[in-house]
Amino acid sequence: MREQEIICTICPAGCHIQVSGQGQDIKSIEGYSCPRGKEYAENEFLCPVRTLTTTVKVDGAEEPLLAVRTAKPIPKSKLFECMDIIRKERFRVPIEQYQVLIKDLAGTGIDLIACSERKGDPYDI
Amino acid sequence: MQEKRYDFEVAVIGAGPAGLAAAIAARRQGAKKVIIIERDTAPGGILQQCIHAGFGLSYFQKELTGPEYAGRFIKQAKEEGVELLLDSMVLNIEEDGTILCSNPGKGLVYVRAGAVVLAMGCRERTRFNLRIPGTRPAGVYTAGAAQRLINRQNEMVGKKVVILGSGDIGMIMARRMTLEGAKVEAVVEIMDYLAGLTRNKVQCLDDFDIPLLLGHTVTRITGEYRVEGVWIAQVDEHRRPDLSTERFIACDTLLLSVGLLPENELTRAAGIRMSAATNGPMINQYMQTSRADIFACGNVVHVNDLADNVSAESELAGRSAARYVLEGFPKRNREIPCTAGSGIRYVCPQMLSVREEEDADCKEDQGDGRKIEGCGTITGDREEIRLYFRVKAPGAKTTLTAWCGGRVIAERTVRRVNPGEMEHIDIHAEILTGAEDTEITVEAREVG
Repeated sequence: MREQEIICTICPAGCHIQVSGQGQDIKSIEGYSCPRGKEYAENEFLCPVRTLTTTVKVDGAEEPLLAVRTAKPIPKSKLFECMDIIRKERFRVPIEQYQVLIKDLAGTGIDLIACSERKGDPYDI
Repeated sequence: MQEKRYDFEVAVIGAGPAGLAAAIAARRQGAKKVIIIERDTAPGGILQQCIHAGFGLSYFQKELTGPEYAGRFIKQAKEEGVELLLDSMVLNIEEDGTILCSNPGKGLVYVRAGAVVLAMGCRERTRFNLRIPGTRPAGVYTAGAAQRLINRQNEMVGKKVVILGSGDIGMIMARRMTLEGAKVEAVVEIMDYLAGLTRNKVQCLDDFDIPLLLGHTVTRITGEYRVEGVWIAQVDEHRRPDLSTERFIACDTLLLSVGLLPENELTRAAGIRMSAATNGPMINQYMQTSRADIFACGNVVHVNDLADNVSAESELAGRSAARYVLEGFPKRNREIPCTAGSGIRYVCPQMLSVREEEDADCKEDQGDGRKIEGCGTITGDREEIRLYFRVKAPGAKTTLTAWCGGRVIAERTVRRVNPGEMEHIDIHAEILTGAEDTEITVEAREVG
């Protein structure tokens, strides 16, 4: 039996929710005060996911780095494995916003995408 | 060198979230020539280095990273024809509204503007603001400086890190440093409660088993050339370190996330009235400062916890600046103070411009869409005035009340309050019509 206290981050109230269960089975869930909180705690207990945000190296632009993120949240347990893959890559301009830079990152089925464009086209008067 | 001179209706200083939103709103309100002057080489301000998600939840109803959030405003600014003068440091605002700035290519540039919007943001407090004793080795950074080095300049700042201050930037940097391979030994917070958002404690500290030491502070920094470690100790109820609890943490880097200071050198030099509580200019409900042609918005006025709030209040500043140029409104009327009562640290706006009876009755339109000259109606703006404030201490269920001349003019009860999360209360603009000598006070009372 696994017991876990989960602090809900859906709203600023930050309810402390106690969840207990085994494997993919939840035996009890207490301390939530809305349905969204209950759902959050269930997901956090069974398979916590996070959107990974980091940077990649880019050649040909004024700045050496470009902000990137996973297109959807990925399992929390995969964060470091994904960082190891991303760290080794280099990209070249032009890059469009939301362009896929790495497909199926670390076997998660989720792509790594660019948060901004990089074109070497400064907006100045 | 040839001096460059430009004429604009509205000039905005700073191309961060505040400046971008203000400039776009000024254009949409009808100002034809709007410029943003920015000292960095790209627009977006601090959002360029805030690569984490969490922006836009209230403004766009969508969770975005900093660069995505800024990107939406940069795109709108281009579409609206807002001009942008980058790499340009504003040195002074003259009495006639001329802005003097320096640019490496153009030399001295003069921008004459009918109205100016201050959107310079804030700076971080440093080791020297806190007077942390010890040696002065390399490896002591403000969290935002480290964030810029890591996220924009591809420079890693250290391997073993202690972070002082549990503000959002500090916690976000704890995660960022960890993902980039550093070991964060502890986040040390002098108060007995978290300074930043709970969400950030969960996703930045708990996710990576980074210890949070509440009620502790750094007492000394050691190391000759590079930081070799810091001493930390518990603090007593007066926040004085108890040296009997002092212990050493070996590290090569200390990050400071110990508060932000609005950056107001230009504001002070322009002789604008300042608030001691916020370190920003005092403003009225139109985001207008004590100088009628100068408006202010964003962190230069008061440090916000959410960029979304900055965007909303900056639009009001931009609209007001455009209206000042086009319609001579808001003109400066009589003002009544808006003050912090029990349980409140500060209230913003600090003054409310009173609507005179004749203004309130005045008809807005002359048939051709022009307003009567000197007319002071606020038709077209919301009839509610939003007062922003921070409570002094965390609390459970709390009633927030706005008083005017001994009577309650607005009240709401919230489930909990925290100094780190800005609160607001809306009052009806009508209350101000013909208001006599009085003041508006906001207070917070815990009710259970």
